[in-house]
Amino acid sequence: MREPAIRAVGLSKRYGEVVAVDSIDFEVAQGEIVGLLGGNGAGKTTTIAMILGLLLPSAGAITVLGCDMLRHRYRVLPRMNFSSPYVDLPKRLKVRENLEVYAELYGLARPRARVRDIAEELGIAEFLDRPNGQLSAGQRTRVALAKSLLNEPDLLLLDEPTASLDPDTAHWVREYLAQYQRRRAATILLASHNMLEVERLCSETLIMKTGRIVDRGPPASLIDRYGRQTLEEVFLDIARGRAGVLPEAAQ
Amino acid sequence: MTAVPRDRAVRAERPAAVQSARRIYAMVLRYLYLLRGSLPRLLDLCYWPTMQMLLWGLLTQFLATKTGFFAEAAGYLLAGVLLWDVMFRGNIGIALSFLEEMWSRNLAQLFASPLRAWEWALSLFVTTLIRTVIGILPAALLAIPLYHFSIFEMGWALVAFFFNLLVFGCAIGLVTSGLVLRWGLGAESLCWAGIFLIQPISGVFYPIAILPDWLIPVALALPSAHVFEGMRAVLVDGVFLTHHLWKAMALNLVYLALSLAAFLAIFRNARRRGALLQMGE
Repeated sequence: MREPAIRAVGLSKRYGEVVAVDSIDFEVAQGEIVGLLGGNGAGKTTTIAMILGLLLPSAGAITVLGCDMLRHRYRVLPRMNFSSPYVDLPKRLKVRENLEVYAELYGLARPRARVRDIAEELGIAEFLDRPNGQLSAGQRTRVALAKSLLNEPDLLLLDEPTASLDPDTAHWVREYLAQYQRRRAATILLASHNMLEVERLCSETLIMKTGRIVDRGPPASLIDRYGRQTLEEVFLDIARGRAGVLPEAAQ
Repeated sequence: MTAVPRDRAVRAERPAAVQSARRIYAMVLRYLYLLRGSLPRLLDLCYWPTMQMLLWGLLTQFLATKTGFFAEAAGYLLAGVLLWDVMFRGNIGIALSFLEEMWSRNLAQLFASPLRAWEWALSLFVTTLIRTVIGILPAALLAIPLYHFSIFEMGWALVAFFFNLLVFGCAIGLVTSGLVLRWGLGAESLCWAGIFLIQPISGVFYPIAILPDWLIPVALALPSAHVFEGMRAVLVDGVFLTHHLWKAMALNLVYLALSLAAFLAIFRNARRRGALLQMGE
C-alpha cells in the first residue's frame, strides 16, 4: 500500500488559551483531490500552515510524502507548493520577475522556459511584463496559481483558489486543476468555501469545526448520509449543529 | 487559455550546495529586480551619502581656515562621514530588504519554498554589499574634484575598514529585523534609528579617548570604534595599526554569530506564533 501524501496524527495548535486546531487525525491518499471545509476560524488555514511547516504544531506529527515535516521539511518542500489569498507576491516586481525568482528558489531545470510555459498554460502571458500590483484580483489569483504550479508539485495545497475569479475563469481553473491532477497523479488539498467546487473536484472531504474534524468522506456519500441534495446543505447542517446530524464518523 | 501537455522534467536534481547557491542567487535577483524597477529607489541610495559628503566637506573647508589640525588632516571628517555611511547602509540594507518582504506579505511564500533562513540572511548580505557600493561610490568619487580628498588613498586599509563596518552594520540590521519579526511592523522605526545609539561611542568624528572613562571599555567592545581609531591613525599619522583591525575582525565574528543566532531563534519563534502568515501591511 502506498504511503499517504499527508498523514496527521494528534495535530494541535494552541495560542495560549485559544485552541485553533484540536488534536486532529487524518490521511490524504496520494493522487487524490481532498476538500478541507469549514467556516471562518474552523482551523483550515492553520492546518495548511502546519502541513507546509510555516507554523509549528503545539502537539502531534505530520508526515508529508513520507517525510517528517517537523524534522525534514526541506527534503520535501521542493515537491510541494501552495497558494493562499492570505499571502501575496511582491507588488512592485513584474509578474515575470516574480515567477523567475520562484523558479530559481525551487531549483527548476529551465527557469525561464518554465515561466513561459506556465504563463501560456494559465493565460497570463499577456501580462508577464506588468507589475503584480497593477493586476486585477482575478489576474493576481491566476498568477498565484502559476507560482504554485511552477515546480509541478506532487502535493499542492490550495486555500480558496477561485475566491476572486469570475465564474468563467473559476470554471476554467477547476478544469485545469483536475487535468493537472490526472496528468501528474498529484495530490491536492483544497480549502474552500465553495461547496460546488468541492463537489465537482474532490474525491474526499474533511469538514472542520472549531479546530476539530467533525466529519469526513466522499461528497456524494456525505450528501447521502445527511439526506440532503447538496454539499452546501450538509455544510450548513454541520455549521449550525442541526438536530443530531453530527454523525458517528466524527472522531 | 490552453493547457499545454508537458512531458519533460521540470525539477532539476543537483547537489545540495548548488541548490543552495541558486536559492541565494534567486533572492539577490529578487532585490536587484526591485532596485532596477525603481529609479527613485536608486537615487535615494546615492542621495544621502552625497548630501552628507557635501555638507561635511564644506564644514571641513571652513575648519581648515581656522585650525592647523584640519588644514593638515583635511579628510578627517569626510572619511568619518563616508565610512559611517557604510555602516549605516549595511544596517539599513538588511532591514529594508527584510521589511520589503513584510510589506508585500511575501514571507509565507518564501518560507513555504525550499529557502532556508540562513540562505535568506546571506542573500541579504550580498544585496546590502551591492546597495552600499552603489550608494557610497558616487559620494566618494565626487569628493575628489570638490574637496581634493580621495578616500581611496587609504588603499587596502580602506577595504578592511569597509568590510568591517559593513559586516557590523549587517549584524545590527539582522537583530533589528528580528525584532520587527518578533514585535511586528510597529517596531519598524528600530530599523532606521537603532544604529544611531552606537554612533556617539563609535568615535566617528573624534577619538574615543574623549569619552567618559567608564564608556571607553564599552566603545572598545564595538568593532566600529576600532575601525574609526584605525582610520584616524591612517589619516593623521599615516600608519595602519593592525591591532585595531584584528580586534575589529574578531569582534565582528562574535557579533555576526550572535546576531545570526538571535535571528534564527526569533525566526523559529515566529513559526511557533504563526507570524510568517500574519505579517504584512
